[in-house]
Amino acid sequence: MRIRALVRRICEQLLRDKRTLALLFLAPLLVLSLVNYLFQHTGDGSDVKIGAVNVDAQIVESMKNQGMDVVFYAQADKDTLEKDKLDAVIVMKDRAIHLILKNTDPSVSKAIRMKISQTAASLAEAALQKGKAAAAHVAMTTDYVYGGADTNYFDTLSPILIGFFVFFFVFLIAGIGLLRERTSGTLERLMATPVRPGEVIAGYLAGYGMFAFLQTVIVVLFGTLVLGIPLAGSIWYVLLVNLLLAFVALSLGILLSAFAASEFQMVQFIPIVIIPQVFFAGIFPLDGMASWVQAVARIMPLYYAADALKSVMYKGLGFGEIAVDVGVLLLFAALFIGLNLRRLAFLYRK
Amino acid sequence: MKTTVSVRQVSKSFGKKTVLSEVNLTMEQGQIYGLIGPSGAGKTTLIKMMVGMDVPDEGAVNILGTKMPNLTMLQHIGYMAQSDALYGELTGEENLKFFASMFKMGKAEQKQRISYAADLVNLSQELGKKVSAYSGGMKRRLSLAIALVHDPSVLILDEPTVGIDPELRQSIWQELTRLRSSERKTIVVTTHVMDEAEKCDRLAMVRNGRILTEGTPEQLKRQYNAAGLEDVFLQAGGVRP
Repeated sequence: MRIRALVRRICEQLLRDKRTLALLFLAPLLVLSLVNYLFQHTGDGSDVKIGAVNVDAQIVESMKNQGMDVVFYAQADKDTLEKDKLDAVIVMKDRAIHLILKNTDPSVSKAIRMKISQTAASLAEAALQKGKAAAAHVAMTTDYVYGGADTNYFDTLSPILIGFFVFFFVFLIAGIGLLRERTSGTLERLMATPVRPGEVIAGYLAGYGMFAFLQTVIVVLFGTLVLGIPLAGSIWYVLLVNLLLAFVALSLGILLSAFAASEFQMVQFIPIVIIPQVFFAGIFPLDGMASWVQAVARIMPLYYAADALKSVMYKGLGFGEIAVDVGVLLLFAALFIGLNLRRLAFLYRK
Repeated sequence: MKTTVSVRQVSKSFGKKTVLSEVNLTMEQGQIYGLIGPSGAGKTTLIKMMVGMDVPDEGAVNILGTKMPNLTMLQHIGYMAQSDALYGELTGEENLKFFASMFKMGKAEQKQRISYAADLVNLSQELGKKVSAYSGGMKRRLSLAIALVHDPSVLILDEPTVGIDPELRQSIWQELTRLRSSERKTIVVTTHVMDEAEKCDRLAMVRNGRILTEGTPEQLKRQYNAAGLEDVFLQAGGVRP
């Protein structure tokens, strides 16, 4: 009953605050769109220069139609590619395609590879319909000058971004929400009623949790449907991870608001609490880094959320693969919620 | 007379600073009890102990026979803080409803209490407005309505009439007097204003964490042979007028 009243009050407050609502729901979409545009547009597979050795005329035709610049060679290898500033070289031999990608920009490489394999596949299908079963088989092998097939930096970035938005906005809005409640005296006033600290925290978790959930749904749907961010796994796991992350952000925000005397001081937590988490969440691959760097990453909630989101959205893995991350996030949330309860009880329920 | 609030040998210090030392007070049902004293005298700390937000280092505060802090006892205490603790984004009615929901009350009772409390402080017409659009006096009145919304038997008001115009102040005091006389509530008030102190049934003068003197306004004036409470206050504090 009291929790319901608390949730209702938080909703009423937030729904009246149009600016904050916009920050919560529109700002992530704007930033996501901008970042998406920046990364997507560096390479869409057109406007590239490709060397062709013994390539089927139909494939060359199709490549040209897609805006690729095709240069013919009798023979070509990685050196030719470097020397003539080509983006890729296609060598065809016995109906097998060998693709050499320069791969300085993984997104371009990905686009080229996708287009060539699509073209080859459609040709093979056409051949099959004509009854040339023997000719149908088109094998494709790929070679990279730099990096490798798993250099998919940008696809792994969007799940991290989605986790980051949830963490950042929920942390800030809930933290400032409780801060204002403390500085305006309403928290003290509230604690002069028979409400229990657990009820206050539960009300906050449920109230802001609802908005965090809504934000996640909007961001994920916008990202996958409008921006085309890959979502290989289940959207429910994405929502689960983000909701847990929201609880962590919420309880951490509420906890840290105790150490801020004003909204300005709350904002000062951003470079200390938020920014390092972004860097350690997997934007830079941590695998090759010093062990202490990896240890630092492991105390950051966003690291686990990003790992789980990457596993679900990018790799399409199931619950078994994210169970550890989910468990750690639960522990973080439980820890911060517990500390909040102790603090509230210490301050107002002696 | 039934004792409703009793403060026994209460001492409290924050660090090295002693805020209250060996305070003894007894308040009874159907009594307006005034705590007067300069800022920083310890009045607010005393009041916080009554609503269970602070605990004494020594001694005890009992309300309705129960030692504070006690969660269930808060159901019977109405508290109005020194600053208006209200949610500015919400309307007056939503504020009242929110705080009313924190107490055990049926739906119908809640509705009836909200309209009663709003009526009492003359805010019925303004309940639909956002609190951020309220004047200082309106906020003070809403705070008072919130303190009354659950029909508490003990009302604890920390400077209830600060920033309220004389006309409204008078009507609030009339209401406090009525609550005392016809509803037999115990009302604890802190104030700086001496003519308000005059309206209390009993007074305690607090200074530097000690009770300087205690009694009815008449007793105090006679004791110090003073014409007004202002003189009593200055004399009791050791300052010759």
